[in-house]
Amino acid sequence: MEVIINLSYIAASILFIFGIKMLGKADTAKRGNLVSAWGMGLAIVVTCIHPAFADKILWIVLAFAIGGAIGAVAAKKVPMTGMPEMVALFNGVGGLSSVLVGWAEYVRLAKPYWDQARFNEQTDTALLPPLDLLPPLSGFTMAVIFLAVFIGAVTFTGSIYAWGKLSGKLGGAAKTFPAQKACNALLLAVTVLCGVLFPLMPEGEVGLLLLTGATLGALLLGIFGVMPIGGGDMPVVISLLNSLSGLAAAAAGFVIVNNVLIVAGCLVGCSGLILTVIMCKAMNRTLTNVLFSGFGSTQSSQQVEGEMKALSVEDAYYVLESARNVVFVPGYGMAVAQAQHVVKELAELLEENGAEVRFAIHPVAGRMPGHMNVLLAEADVPYEQLCEMDAVNPTMEMVDVAIVIGANDVVNPAAGEDPSSPIYGMPIINVHHARTVFALKRGKGAGFSGLVNTLFFRENTRMIYGDAKATIAGLVGQFKEK
Amino acid sequence: MHDLLLLLFIFTLAAFLGFELIAKVPSQLHTPLMSGSNAISGITIVGAIVAILDNPVGSVAFLIGIGAMILAAVNVVGGYLVTDRMLGMFKKKDKPAPKA
Repeated sequence: MEVIINLSYIAASILFIFGIKMLGKADTAKRGNLVSAWGMGLAIVVTCIHPAFADKILWIVLAFAIGGAIGAVAAKKVPMTGMPEMVALFNGVGGLSSVLVGWAEYVRLAKPYWDQARFNEQTDTALLPPLDLLPPLSGFTMAVIFLAVFIGAVTFTGSIYAWGKLSGKLGGAAKTFPAQKACNALLLAVTVLCGVLFPLMPEGEVGLLLLTGATLGALLLGIFGVMPIGGGDMPVVISLLNSLSGLAAAAAGFVIVNNVLIVAGCLVGCSGLILTVIMCKAMNRTLTNVLFSGFGSTQSSQQVEGEMKALSVEDAYYVLESARNVVFVPGYGMAVAQAQHVVKELAELLEENGAEVRFAIHPVAGRMPGHMNVLLAEADVPYEQLCEMDAVNPTMEMVDVAIVIGANDVVNPAAGEDPSSPIYGMPIINVHHARTVFALKRGKGAGFSGLVNTLFFRENTRMIYGDAKATIAGLVGQFKEK
Repeated sequence: MHDLLLLLFIFTLAAFLGFELIAKVPSQLHTPLMSGSNAISGITIVGAIVAILDNPVGSVAFLIGIGAMILAAVNVVGGYLVTDRMLGMFKKKDKPAPKA
């Protein structure tokens, strides 16, 4: 039986490997997801081969049904604009699940010691075998329990906090307070100290206290870790948390000595790390810088010259009407305004009018990796029209009109020109090289990161204020009338 | 000890494999890749099942296991479904997709 279970785990691991590989290619992605789902199903079914399964089948089915129903409803109901929050939430519950698996194993192993201690209190201990007849708990097992609990707890609260930021419940900007770094360092030190002491004395009340302390410390660390990170850096945070949830599962695999958890968790941990690195590269920053710099709470020292020049929808229409080459640059604002469908409509009208239309997608536009692609795919924009930054930039001089919809930092020329700017060195989409730039913005304030965007003050930029969806719909109306 | 070494061995190999698996992912697949691998990290569900099976009904560890099972099921079912839904939207021009 043991053999069958382990062979099935190997098969499940292979399915996960193929699944992830296929997810990385456009034409196999959908099948890849299915393949990995089969792997998951196989792993779940063979784990149920157990003498106690018959007695507990109802419990297992019930728990799975409750969780599955919640997950299914959420997955079906979520609008594509809410995708970043959804991914963060799923991530968080996965992390918390690893915490509980670690705790369950600890309670199971430590219970005999607690029972023994209670028994000794109630009776005359002189007549009884002393405590040390129970073999000491394995230090290694306790160490990995700490790891699973620690990584899982950080993932859980970090993801929940990220979810709060993304859904606007906690405000998007980076939050910093004096001595924040010292605070976090102290918190980390206390948590790690608990983690080091715990395997040395896991039995009895001390062990329970240490693991509880480590859990609480890790939960706080998750919150304080994400707090100082600005909204523009969310894609990095989301993919890093995704990676951590995998590592938490792998640690849980060490706890219960289970290969399939280790392999699957480790695959997710490392492929997630690759994605995180891709995101960091797209911002020309290191991971440490993203995590610890309190980005967005600083301001550039450079004064902006010029003024923002507003333009009416009608005048914008006349410019667009004669344009032969148009590029849309979407950002988080397009998601907020839910403007993707009208944008697609405008793109079609422009094409009918004889213009070449493309969408320039910055790798970190939006709040998660690939955010804009998902939105535009939802609006049925064919993905041949979606161009990556490096493909668009060399052709920017030939563009008649670049329409920036709720993107800010990813088109801010300061990234290339102003060494004092916090985003200096980040590769951007060079819309300022286009003949005319339309910047759709709700108001005159700074964007999500709180930075002033020098693009808005340029000679060839026109601001079109108002809700992006209403503005684009107005343009569509103009085209249809004439 | 022998067991532990074997586990570490597997972990190390899986880590290298994970790094090699996705080298160049087009940016349009970043979100599905993330939510798809997120669903895989729900493999913790296996640990939850083990906790339920290894502990007597009603014990503290059993109840924790039930909690872990519910959470992991949210992660697994929701993760796979949402990824599938997202990937269903990526269509080429020659095949117009039904309006969502």
